[in-house]
Amino acid sequence: MNSAAKITAANLSRRTLKDKLFKGLVLFLSLITISPIVLIIYKLVEKGYRQISLDFIIKTPPNTFEAMTALSNGELIPGGIANGITGTLLMVVLASVIAIPVGVITGIYLYENPGKPLANLTRNISDILQGVPSIVLGLIAYMWIVKPITSGFSALAGSVSLSIMMLPMIVRSTEETLKMIPQSIKEAAVALGVPYYKVILRVLIPTGFSGLLTGILLGISRILGETAPLMLTALGSSVINLDITKPTSAVPLLIWEFYNDPNMVDLIWSSSLLLMGMVLTLNLVSKRIAARTK
Amino acid sequence: MKEDSVNIKDPVLSIRNLSVAYDKGNYAVKDVSADIKRNSVTAIMGPSGCGKSTMLRAINRMHELYENIETKGSLILNGKDITDMPTIQLRRMAGMVFQRPNPFPTLSIYDNVIAGYKLNGIRLKKKERDEVVERSLRDVTLWDEVKDTLHKKGTFLSGGQQQRLCIARALAFDPEVILLDEPTSALDPVATSKIEDLLVKLKENYSILMVTHNMSQAARISDYSMFMYLGELVEYGKTKDMFTNPKDRRTEEYLTGKFG
Ligand SMILES: Nc1ncnc2c1ncn2[C@@H]1O[C@H](COP(=O)(O)OP(=O)(O)OP(=O)(O)O)[C@@H](O)[C@H]1O
Ligand SMILES: [Mg+2]
Repeated sequence: MNSAAKITAANLSRRTLKDKLFKGLVLFLSLITISPIVLIIYKLVEKGYRQISLDFIIKTPPNTFEAMTALSNGELIPGGIANGITGTLLMVVLASVIAIPVGVITGIYLYENPGKPLANLTRNISDILQGVPSIVLGLIAYMWIVKPITSGFSALAGSVSLSIMMLPMIVRSTEETLKMIPQSIKEAAVALGVPYYKVILRVLIPTGFSGLLTGILLGISRILGETAPLMLTALGSSVINLDITKPTSAVPLLIWEFYNDPNMVDLIWSSSLLLMGMVLTLNLVSKRIAARTK
Repeated sequence: MKEDSVNIKDPVLSIRNLSVAYDKGNYAVKDVSADIKRNSVTAIMGPSGCGKSTMLRAINRMHELYENIETKGSLILNGKDITDMPTIQLRRMAGMVFQRPNPFPTLSIYDNVIAGYKLNGIRLKKKERDEVVERSLRDVTLWDEVKDTLHKKGTFLSGGQQQRLCIARALAFDPEVILLDEPTSALDPVATSKIEDLLVKLKENYSILMVTHNMSQAARISDYSMFMYLGELVEYGKTKDMFTNPKDRRTEEYLTGKFG
């Protein structure tokens, strides 16, 4: 009796020790997980905030010489990244215009025909597409658009490569969202004599709207920072360009250009800060939408 | 089955040799024939899986929503074969209420009532719309409870209120017959008795065909009863007669709780 009690006490203290160790480990590992994002944001803000101003958004980058002069005078580099911002917006909007209808319709098709061989094939291909390296998508857009259609680097080619990147995410989120809508809602509409296409357009899509929107926003935040495919398609431009058949800049392309010019290095941080801000905002907004409708 | 349950004068619905199979040759409803009386409540009873829902859903051609479901026989609604009617016309004439309340989650109470018009793109003047909404909600005794919150989402209502809203949605189309599939099985006793009172009141203007698992409910509110077993219509007649003097042994066993 006495010895049994002793053993229990010893066990107990060992257990509390193990428990504490484990909790400490978990805490430590979670800190490791969040530290990169904290460090990144800290660094970007620390090094980038000084450049952020109205000019940064509405002006185009200086040439190397202007930048060098400013640097040697100890001033901020003049100009901004308006060509990159407009280019990114142009290409993201165009990519969305291509990817959203195709992705949503494909998602509806997968939802409507779950067991069909063509649907399974489409679903698998869409999954594979998600894993294709983005530079390869750039190459494909180069072959499909740059050479035969726009005979040169263009925003259109960039958008096409980005839209292929977005597509699998939209297809998946559409299918998953529709699957979560109870069958009874669909039957309620059918029982009112609503034709099938209207059931989809006026009942299923509105009911699953926030799910669809979340998928689309995540898709956009995914392509916002893509650089590799744009190098082979949109190329870049030192001026603001809104013609989709012409070479166009984008924020990530500019970051790459700044990196290659020793005089412009300071602009890397502010451009990255802006890009990061856009991606984070989109992520937070889509999380909010998803949470609100749970 | 007695001849007079198949041949009544001016039935709202005539079911003739109806068979429905989900997989080829495997019938969930087998050769059912019956006439449904106007302005009365007809209950469909039977153990789980005997084909009650399957039969009810054949009446507004709900099975067309799914592939591979085979339907044989004929259904004559108000003297017209339902396969000759445009879908929208059939479903206006045969309103359906489901086991679980299923208001459209994106629509307000008001829009849920007129969902049949709205989703089909049938235009109504504002005045007509208001009238339809008020009349339908009054019919289901929901008007006083929701008249100040008509523009709130229908899903904010309680389960029983939602089910009455779904009945109002069917009534808004001014149907001939209302098909209800265990409309109270998801509701508490208070909400259930409200719906029961409502159905008794509604039979003045509508014909009601209701699947129910609840024998005392059938006894309380129905005028006629069907008993189905393994897809067949075993017995059909006045509820009073069936409960006091069932003709078939299987009906008697079911009513006395020996199975089901
Ligand atoms: N979608 C379906 N696919 C295949 N078989 C089905 C389907 N729905 C029902 N069945 C089968 O058809 C038969 C009748 O089903 P039904 O739903 O009509 O029964 P029920 O009398 O309404 O039962 P319950 O009282 O449980 O609702 C059952 O054997 C069932 O398994
Ligand atoms: Mg059923």
